[in-house]
Amino acid sequence: MSVVRPDKSKLFYHELPPSWWLSKRSYFLFMLRELSSVFIAIFLVVFLIQLYQLTRGPEAYAAFTQKLSSPGWIVLNLITFLFALYHSITWFYSSAIVLPLRIGEREMPRNLFVALNVGALAVVSLVILVLFLALKG
Amino acid sequence: MTEEKNMEPLWWGLFSAGGVVAAFLVPIHIIIFGFALPLGWISDSGTLYRNWLVKIYLFVLIALPLYHWAHRFYFALNDMKLGLPRQPLAVLCYGGAIVGTIATVWVLLLL
Repeated sequence: MSVVRPDKSKLFYHELPPSWWLSKRSYFLFMLRELSSVFIAIFLVVFLIQLYQLTRGPEAYAAFTQKLSSPGWIVLNLITFLFALYHSITWFYSSAIVLPLRIGEREMPRNLFVALNVGALAVVSLVILVLFLALKG
Repeated sequence: MTEEKNMEPLWWGLFSAGGVVAAFLVPIHIIIFGFALPLGWISDSGTLYRNWLVKIYLFVLIALPLYHWAHRFYFALNDMKLGLPRQPLAVLCYGGAIVGTIATVWVLLLL
């Protein structure tokens, strides 16, 4: 399994400008997809800080949650939510290519694969929501 | 350099596990913690997070997508051809995810 990798210093590289991904819609969408991970990570770090407030007492937790109701946070969370959905959809499309499901001899159509995953996302989300509402106290 | 190559499957595994977690679990959490709680649609006493199963779930939910971020952010910045040095960037991204993992464990143990 040894692959001979060419010495990169001897290859010719066409230098791209930093703005190359703005030159074509598909490149731009690729960059948006990569960028979705930044928004998701920021949301999770804020969520972790919110959980940390609980260790300081219920008042600190309530005060922090209250802070998140400001327009700035709501707008950020709205953008993050759209990015998260974009990540989900693009992830399902990549999965359809990387891990295609087979029905007998034939490969499952990609759109059907994505639709099934969207269905699974809806079911999982509903289960988490119901569990949270039932157990939150 | 060889060490970097040997680590590749590990980072890739964490990247795709984080991608799955982000794809299936994160959207509903944004609805609950980004909108429903702050806007007062529902309330939360905070007692749920003392449960060990919930803590394990929260660990998976928070830590794994950080590696997903590290992988994507590192390669996206490289692809943007901004002339950033590769190695410090890698340390910053993957190191950031590791620091985030430790912070997550620390907070969850405190709860």
